[in-house]
Amino acid sequence: MATMTVSKTEYFRERMGVTNGLLERCLQAALSAGGDFAELYFESVTSTSIGVDEGIVKSASQGMSVGCGIRVLSGERTGFSYTDDLTEAKLLHAAKTAALIASGPSKVQVQGFVETEVHALYPVIDLDTEISAKLDLVQRADRTARGYDPRVTQVRASFSDEVRRILIVASDGTYASDVQPLSRLNVGVLAKDDSGSARGTSGGGGRVQISYYNEQKTPEFFATEAARQAILQLTATEAPAGEMEVVLGPGWPGVLIHEAVGHGLEADFNRKKQSAFAGLLGQKVANEKVTVVDNGTIAGRRGSINVDDEGAPTQDTVLIEKGVLRRYMSDKLSAKLMGLPGTGSGRRESYQHFPMPRMTNTYMLAGEDEPADILRSVKKGLYAVNFSGGSVDITNGKFVFAASEAYLIEDGKVAAPVKGAMFVGDGPTSLHHVSMVGHDLALDEGIGTCGKKGQGVPVGVGMPTIKLDRMTVGGTGR
Amino acid sequence: MMIETKKDLKQLVADVVDRALKAGATDAEAVAYEGDEFEVKVRLGQVETLVESGSRGLGLRVFNGLRTASTSTSDLSEEGIAHLVKGAVELSKITGEDPFAGLPEVGSFSEKRNSEGMGLFFEDVYSLPAEERIAYARRAEEAAMSADVRIQNSDGGTFDAATSRKVMANSRGFAGEYRKSYCSVAAMPIAQDAKGMQRDYWYSSARTLARLESPESVGKEAARRAVRRLGARKVKTQRASMVFPPEMARSLIGNIFEAANGEAIYRHATFFDGKLGERVAGENITVVDDGTMMLEAGLAGFGTLPFDGDGLPMQRKVLVEKGILKSYVMNTYTARKLGMKSTGNATRGLGGAPGIGAGNFYLEPGTQTLEEIVSEVQNGLYVYETLGSGVNLVTGDYSQGASGLWIENGEFTGAVEEITIAGNLKEMYTNIVAIGSDLVWRGATAVPTIRIEGMTIAGE
Repeated sequence: MATMTVSKTEYFRERMGVTNGLLERCLQAALSAGGDFAELYFESVTSTSIGVDEGIVKSASQGMSVGCGIRVLSGERTGFSYTDDLTEAKLLHAAKTAALIASGPSKVQVQGFVETEVHALYPVIDLDTEISAKLDLVQRADRTARGYDPRVTQVRASFSDEVRRILIVASDGTYASDVQPLSRLNVGVLAKDDSGSARGTSGGGGRVQISYYNEQKTPEFFATEAARQAILQLTATEAPAGEMEVVLGPGWPGVLIHEAVGHGLEADFNRKKQSAFAGLLGQKVANEKVTVVDNGTIAGRRGSINVDDEGAPTQDTVLIEKGVLRRYMSDKLSAKLMGLPGTGSGRRESYQHFPMPRMTNTYMLAGEDEPADILRSVKKGLYAVNFSGGSVDITNGKFVFAASEAYLIEDGKVAAPVKGAMFVGDGPTSLHHVSMVGHDLALDEGIGTCGKKGQGVPVGVGMPTIKLDRMTVGGTGR
Repeated sequence: MMIETKKDLKQLVADVVDRALKAGATDAEAVAYEGDEFEVKVRLGQVETLVESGSRGLGLRVFNGLRTASTSTSDLSEEGIAHLVKGAVELSKITGEDPFAGLPEVGSFSEKRNSEGMGLFFEDVYSLPAEERIAYARRAEEAAMSADVRIQNSDGGTFDAATSRKVMANSRGFAGEYRKSYCSVAAMPIAQDAKGMQRDYWYSSARTLARLESPESVGKEAARRAVRRLGARKVKTQRASMVFPPEMARSLIGNIFEAANGEAIYRHATFFDGKLGERVAGENITVVDDGTMMLEAGLAGFGTLPFDGDGLPMQRKVLVEKGILKSYVMNTYTARKLGMKSTGNATRGLGGAPGIGAGNFYLEPGTQTLEEIVSEVQNGLYVYETLGSGVNLVTGDYSQGASGLWIENGEFTGAVEEITIAGNLKEMYTNIVAIGSDLVWRGATAVPTIRIEGMTIAGE
């Protein structure tokens, strides 16, 4: 992976008057009550969105937000305050408010910064791309979806993009900045016939230039996919209920990994012994065919970032190696308190939030099985290829994820489509039931947003085709 | 200080509307928000996080004939505002003409233009000194941890307080504002036995500190909820009765609001499409949304406001009366699409077009106690948690991960987890065979305990 020094700090200095002197004064104020560590997180986000609905370009919007979040650590304690006014008086007030988490004389001296070398995983994009180019994307998506089938009755397509500029400085010398572009094209389709109505959705994107949507994943691709799913769902039958063999397709079904093991391996939950995976480092938590990584360094991906929200470059971290739990994902606080290596996993939704250990792109590595053989090995089961999301209770390890496109498997062949079925499992045990792993690893299209304690961050998931010998499917059938 | 800010925001939105008109908009609407928040979490007796902050924001929606666009910013400098106005007017030139777009008619706006005397704002949420606020969080956690020896860990106790102010003005003569306050206390204990860990939580929230339940009662209830989950087992795939307590029944019955949402109706994207005046639930079901409700004299409901997101009066409307669908819920735009009148359900954030949201939404209570309802169940599940978002409003299909207490011959027989429950809302609403008397307002939606027949459990 190419690494280079990118100096993007001028933005906050020139546009917002944030000089190095001001940064030092704020950090000193934040440490005035005796904190061990202080950090300033400056963020400026500009965003636009445009949507076509019922064939009309009904909405166009743009937004701008700027602010600074100030965090002070004192042992295990966190003091936090933020302001959307970057004048020196307001910044110092926020710093002094956050400082009060500690109580004692100032003991840390702020002595200069070292600029972090960060990855260069995405282009530096100017958001002022001609709006007509974005208009063209949503209108093409609308036309394609409408033209797919006369049963398509409603189409909505939208394109959203943002540029997030961040500057992170801290009393440990951290000085890092980044400019993070992110965009996404979405298509939603409603189809109707005599039997009823059904919905289909599709979308994708990443930290890419607008040319991506003309050269790689086009509006026609996403629109066709959304329309195909809606039409397919019109003929879907009831899903069966109970324990059965399940085959999951490549790509987005990797949400299984995100829910079953991903959250449970975030260091904060393990430090506080709240996770079903606490104390299991070095132990077998999955079949030996299973290797899971969290990789924030893949160019252009939605879940990738050059530097995390604490100023540490992202990494490619092996979480589970051949079934054995190797590492938790950690931020500065958990790494320090647990004596673990940092993994560049400190992320936050915005300057109004403090960072926590979070995932980036989390996926299972490819195995050696032929996908067709995997399907052939199932006498009676379910084949799920698309999901609408999932969630997990990290303490008892129970998780769910909901299929939006699934088929019965009969005698090794893919048979009738079934309606959205819910899958339920237990994180620390479910991956022991993975008996086959395909060689067809794929990552999702770039639509995932992960929520944790009220904070949403963009993430990616992925997986090859896999077979689980046993999984509980909550059918819609009688 | 407060008076000065107050004047500023009101003047600000009026100015922004004027500037938008001067820049070429045919109509404009501006909203401004300011708020502050305090949040403390105590874990294992020590402060873990403490957050104290304030923020502001400004949003603008403009019309250019039948075209519309919107912008928002947190930058209230002259430069930021100029950018906001220019951006909105320029964007409104590239959108398409929508015959239903536009602000509400002059004369339709709410008479109530502020929250004074409504019981929405109470200074007392910030009256506690800092140490007392931390003590509230600590007391809630302590009560949970001392309630049972099986609770030795915790995700803490919290105390939150927040106040906010929203100001709105448009070019059709409406100008209004309101202030709201909020406080809450919660506990999140973790229980453990040989089989593993279980976490649960409980909370109390209120507009005034005077109505907040004691941290001790919140902590004790959280502990009861965590401990009862211990020793959970799986059950076999089967059909069974389901008892949904208020916390679970709330989202289940809340889907009636979503199914009657005017936007879903005009898109034909809901199983209530075309059902106005027809039976959609059992005769025992009456569902009301009331944006004007008072909980008591001088204390407004959690969903009560002086005006909705379009500036129209909030209303009381019966959505479902004895099982018959009586009304959709609409804002100005969706009402025009449907050739009807707004029901005062517009919601407005800083950015984008108004959405649709409930006021105070509830299911009329029955007469049975929880004990009576459970005593009538031969074989079933008392659902205390659902996981996932497996509700399809187009088809009514419902499939969720679940955990709860098993019921046999009218008695609880232990915890159950790692199962799913499934049905179809169309049938579920006609199969509600019991409704409790326990209608309690803990938020803007209140639903008593209900029992539903004919759902499927997927398990072993």
